[in-house]
Amino acid sequence: MNFDFSEEQQLLRDQARGFLDSQGGAQLARGMLDGDEASATDLWRDMAKLGWMGTAIPEEYGGAGAGALELCVLSEELGRALATTVFSTSVYLATPLLLAAGSEAQKREYLPRLATGEISATLAVSEGPANATPRNVAVAAKDGKLNGEKYPVANAAAADLALVLSAEAGGTFHIVPLAGPDVEVTPIASLDPSRPQGRLHFRNAAAERLGQPGAAWELLRRIYDHAAVFFAFEQVGGAQVALDQACEYARERFAFGRAIGSYQGVKHKLADMYVAATLAKSNCYYAAWALSHDAPELPLAAAAARVSATKAFDLCASESIQVHGGMGCTWETDCHLYYRRARSLAVNIGSNLVWEEKLVRALEAREGEAA
Amino acid sequence: MDFSDTSAEAEFRAECRAWLDANATPKAHPNQTWASVLEDKTRDNIVRLCKEFQLKRYEDRWACLNWPREYGGRGLSSIERVIYGQEESRYIVPRGVVEIGQGMAGPILMKFATEEQKARYLAPMAKGEEIWCQIFSESAAGSDLAGLRMGAVRDGEDWIFNGEKIWTSGAHYSDFGIIVVRTDPDVAKHKGLTFFFIDMKSPGISIEPIRQISGSSHFNAVRFDDVRVPDAQRLGKVGDGWKVALATLMNERVSVGEAPGPDFEQIFALAQTVELDDRPAIENQAVRSRLAQWYCETAGLKNTRMRSVSALSRGETPGSENSIAKLVSARKAQEIARFGSDLMDQCGIVSDHDLVPGDGRFQQSYLQSPAMRVAGGTDEILRNIIAERVLGLPQDPRTDKGLSFRDIPTGKE
Repeated sequence: MNFDFSEEQQLLRDQARGFLDSQGGAQLARGMLDGDEASATDLWRDMAKLGWMGTAIPEEYGGAGAGALELCVLSEELGRALATTVFSTSVYLATPLLLAAGSEAQKREYLPRLATGEISATLAVSEGPANATPRNVAVAAKDGKLNGEKYPVANAAAADLALVLSAEAGGTFHIVPLAGPDVEVTPIASLDPSRPQGRLHFRNAAAERLGQPGAAWELLRRIYDHAAVFFAFEQVGGAQVALDQACEYARERFAFGRAIGSYQGVKHKLADMYVAATLAKSNCYYAAWALSHDAPELPLAAAAARVSATKAFDLCASESIQVHGGMGCTWETDCHLYYRRARSLAVNIGSNLVWEEKLVRALEAREGEAA
Repeated sequence: MDFSDTSAEAEFRAECRAWLDANATPKAHPNQTWASVLEDKTRDNIVRLCKEFQLKRYEDRWACLNWPREYGGRGLSSIERVIYGQEESRYIVPRGVVEIGQGMAGPILMKFATEEQKARYLAPMAKGEEIWCQIFSESAAGSDLAGLRMGAVRDGEDWIFNGEKIWTSGAHYSDFGIIVVRTDPDVAKHKGLTFFFIDMKSPGISIEPIRQISGSSHFNAVRFDDVRVPDAQRLGKVGDGWKVALATLMNERVSVGEAPGPDFEQIFALAQTVELDDRPAIENQAVRSRLAQWYCETAGLKNTRMRSVSALSRGETPGSENSIAKLVSARKAQEIARFGSDLMDQCGIVSDHDLVPGDGRFQQSYLQSPAMRVAGGTDEILRNIIAERVLGLPQDPRTDKGLSFRDIPTGKE
């Protein structure tokens, strides 16, 4: 057995880490906090040249036709580097949704351009401070026109297309180009400006239907099960760096005449962070296996990866600040970049309140099948 | 990334299954234990059945797979041992008597004993004919094992042992034991220890069972009154006992593994069975959230183990996962026991097997699980190990550093 990434996939990891480091790594996220959005656009272009956007797009639609595992490797590295691009919304969410639900014509129109990075896309589901459900989604679709509002929408300003969940037939996706005057895109303030959020206001916005009417919620569930694995790898990557930085600081910072990492109050905290990160990483590996083998275990495996990765990143990011003490609370150290990202990844496709529930439902479904 | 065996591994796995099918009963469900099907639970019967099954393993060459052939093993690699273990875990098999000897004493004898001693002791150990125990801890030396006090004094070709050891599993039915004692109190604590093996039937040894919280007695106190041990039974040099003991403790972390008692599957089943406010407890959101967290820990441990098996399969040495496994699973066992009790409401304290779901195992585990968090390295020591060996954090300053053992404060003066 080989419950690990292959040598080729490890090479891809090395290449990705080297590239992201050379671009400044987490300092790009810091730049966006200070209003530098141009660097993120440059990063997106350079990643496109490496062919990353098309990693999991089949060759017939202009992609590399590689598997989900390659994407998992990239996700972990992007998580480590706090990458600031529209990669996650475009590649983890919008692209698989187009692949799963798009007509042949839609796939031919959009996927090749998504694969080269010529365009990027995002997913618009939420309509306010609650998890989206068939009861609270109100955006209306009629005769190919959308009306209503979506927020928050990740990377709304940078994306060329939004895949929008409307209330039509109980829940239907639409493809909406964001450039036209019939869509107002307003930036909104968020805890993590390195993944900008926006508000979409549709006023008779031209929209083409994506997938069957009424199919959106089932599609969303499937897309989220896939995306949860990639986001979990990003979370584990981020958690690992937060832990490494805390350990490094604990070895170097002295108090009462010795390194603070020699105090059990500190080292036990760091050990707990390591345990959480390790369990989460192992659950991610299993989910990666389930994803790449199209296994029936995927909903359970993805939920376990997601729940444990969210916990691990939350823990590592917040306790890294604690270990850094006063310095950790300053703008100057990187701690807050990870702390911010931990939150934005914790809620982006549903919080742990939602994912714990999904996990238990998957367990109950497993029992139902066995009976 | 895949779970499939190489062709050699698959062939070996099939061989394991064929033998197990012929010699053991498959489990009715994955969590079925040997203890639950055992009618006569007396110690004598347990020891007899374990010895019988070990002999069968030995005769068909399934004992001590990774030991060299000349000592009764088969000279196989770690991955084959893991594969056999995976397959055996699907069968009802007697266990709990031969493991300490084979896991801890055997490797130490191979490294430090003379050729004559290896020829004399290893095969009977592999056969299950002779049982070995481990005699390290003392009432005042557990986590700080190198601070042990029990002394041995040289007398011609022998050593005279006096003092008391504690927490020895299986001392009452063991034939031999490995032991570390203080042979020089005038040097630093780590330097004055020496390692031996002893005959448990030696005159002057008395064994007293220790009654634990749960009421059962898995451990013993072992008293030594002028016990004569030949110098020939010394393992390693005089004063090198700590190094030998450390190698043994590494083996212990491998053999202790995960905690027994109700785990995720049992608490999940219980939550579906019992009611809370007239509905199945599993419909309660607080219950669901706890279940999700324990599932993540349980799956996380399982998947971490798969990653280390994978490393073994590639011929690499796995890292820290044994420390993680014990730390997480012991605490989880105690939490699950407590939550199982909560789910039964006022019956949460009822341990009468017939009156509560799960045959009272949650209540039993409530009493047993505190010991799991202590045995084979406390939670605190395991966190130190992870922090110092994996994360590279500095050791705690030791106030006994540089002092001769005699001058180390004990808090008793």
